Amino acid sequence: MYAQLVKSEASAEDPIRLAEFQARIDRGEKIEPKDWMPAGYRKTLIRQIGQHAHSEIVGQLPEGNWITRAPTLERKANLLAKVQDEAGHGLYLYCAAETLGVSRDELFEMLHNGKMKYSSIFNYPTLTWADMGAVGWLVDGAAIMNQVPLQRTSYGPYARAMVRICKEESFHQRQGYHLLLHMMKGSEAQQRMCQDALNRMWFPALMMFGPSDKDSVHSAQSMAWKIKMNTNDELRQKFVDETVRQAEFLGLQIPDDALRWNESTGHYDFSEPDWDEFHDVISGNGPCNHERLEARKSAWNDGAWVREARMAHAMKNSERRLAAAE
Amino acid sequence: MATSGITRSATVSETAVFEFLLRQGDNALVLGHRLSEWCGVGPALEEDIALANTALDLIGQAKMWLESAVGEIDDSRSANDLAYLRDAWDFRNLLLVEVPNGDFGQTLLREFFFDAFQLPWLNALSQSSNQRIADIAAKAFKEASYHLERSAETVIALGDGTEQSHQRMSRALDYLWPYTGEMFVDDAIDTHIESVGIAPLPSSMRQAWNQTVDSVLSQAQLARPQSTFAHSGGRTGFRHTEHLGHLLAQMQVLQRSYPGATW
Amino acid sequence: MAEDTSSPAAGNEWPLWEIFIRGQHGMSHRHVGSLHATDAEHAIKNARDVYTRRNEGVSIWVVPASQVSASSPSDKGPMFDPARDKVYRHPTFYELPDEAGKM
Repeated sequence: MYAQLVKSEASAEDPIRLAEFQARIDRGEKIEPKDWMPAGYRKTLIRQIGQHAHSEIVGQLPEGNWITRAPTLERKANLLAKVQDEAGHGLYLYCAAETLGVSRDELFEMLHNGKMKYSSIFNYPTLTWADMGAVGWLVDGAAIMNQVPLQRTSYGPYARAMVRICKEESFHQRQGYHLLLHMMKGSEAQQRMCQDALNRMWFPALMMFGPSDKDSVHSAQSMAWKIKMNTNDELRQKFVDETVRQAEFLGLQIPDDALRWNESTGHYDFSEPDWDEFHDVISGNGPCNHERLEARKSAWNDGAWVREARMAHAMKNSERRLAAAE
Repeated sequence: MATSGITRSATVSETAVFEFLLRQGDNALVLGHRLSEWCGVGPALEEDIALANTALDLIGQAKMWLESAVGEIDDSRSANDLAYLRDAWDFRNLLLVEVPNGDFGQTLLREFFFDAFQLPWLNALSQSSNQRIADIAAKAFKEASYHLERSAETVIALGDGTEQSHQRMSRALDYLWPYTGEMFVDDAIDTHIESVGIAPLPSSMRQAWNQTVDSVLSQAQLARPQSTFAHSGGRTGFRHTEHLGHLLAQMQVLQRSYPGATW
Repeated sequence: MAEDTSSPAAGNEWPLWEIFIRGQHGMSHRHVGSLHATDAEHAIKNARDVYTRRNEGVSIWVVPASQVSASSPSDKGPMFDPARDKVYRHPTFYELPDEAGKM
């Protein structure tokens, strides 16, 4: 399986170079921007890092939805700082992608015209304040599970971006959980919001790890290249195992009747998410696909005059400096 | 002049410090809120992040001012109660900070006008006879210095940049200019505050503000409007704009909908 | 619609800058990442806002990414291997008796 995929992705390339390249990765060496790399490796990385970056900046929107309604000055500052971090993470990732020879503007264009995707979780709405807790706890929790191993990924700039992101992101999941803990000690209405948030977010959170391994096309090659460090199902299982305890501690009910501890596997059994829904959301029919993409596009288009003006001003300044020097 | 319910029967000298602190806190709160509306939709990632930093500074400042305000009147309310449970007429912010953001250029021009006032103002407050006020001002002064650097530089770039950006900045200037005058209007509270050495008169900031603004506008190729007309009513609470009610309806929705809940 | 307004900017993207920051403790400036900015001043401000949000720095250097000259990966052998056998540059090369004391 793995060898066949290598062949199909990189058939046009010199087999000796390919073998040398793979050997470097197997030795744990980092691949750096100017190093030779197979075209398939470059292409896959651009796709993966680009989608990761898009997910960060589209991910600002569902939480940004509540910044102006945050209920205390402290929560407002926490949430704003967190959503700001996501812009930062998007920025680091776009820069990592740019080392592969694609520009940030090109990546934005591919986001806007639908050629590139972002994580499907951000196509779900945030309907109550408890969603700010659930997003932090579940969505950031799932993201961290994905990102921690990526700190060891084979591509140097990507690995370094992930180190920085993981360091910064450690507060995100905690602030979400903290928020829910507090609300669960509150009124009946507040507790109801929390349960409602979990009910809506649980399966979309499980979908974040991607399709089941048996249906995931790119897994094997990406794992050989150490672009992907764990399979989708491994991470999903790890996520469920950790999250169940946390839900119990909060006093929340995970909306899955089939969820139970399995003594023989040492893991929780759980229901698969509805993969039809997953494919619907991926292909544009999620509850908020339209809103999210439109919001990104109008931010980009409305900001065009600012970007152009800043650039024009810098050019004028440098001309003025030259003229003054003459 | 209108006063809020709690201050109706009190004399100026009794309530002046509280009112003064509300003016500082509400400016920071409302402007911080306005800037936070940009988070996630700025014109470039770098600008988005920078604006959120300014918003975070202002929200932090608001918290400090409002905490010292409740300390001043020795009442059981918290800074959050002041932010989330007062009605528009009890707010004491300038009209300048409550009007909508408009485009990015208008947002930054408003920020610049405010920063150009705050810098000399906070500098003066850091010498206040009231130690708590002096401490808050000293911290906020450092933040305001960077805010001014950034907003001034942006205004210059956008005014000078392209034909289109120049036009947009000229329009923003015409719109915002009449809201700048309110910063310099002294009233009975200001006179009292000045007499006890807490702060100088706002009108005494005019010269420094003029210098900064004239210099930046000229670098931005923007003509300073001739009009001296000034809207007012925000600092006194007598007559806010329609916009503040909408801002508060959004900001206060959870605290108002679930009385007594903590978050 | 998106294409019309974004195309002029696409050819006019803000240049990329490499950012170096000196941390709190007097260490050398260290490469922390990159960002986009129109000129050096703008790059310094952006670096302050992007890369020192958690009080990471006391000094910032910015360098246009296009101005960085790098060694070529194919020269890696000749560039770095010759240093490999110069073990006498490292203190552990010199074995001294314990009696000589700490050195």
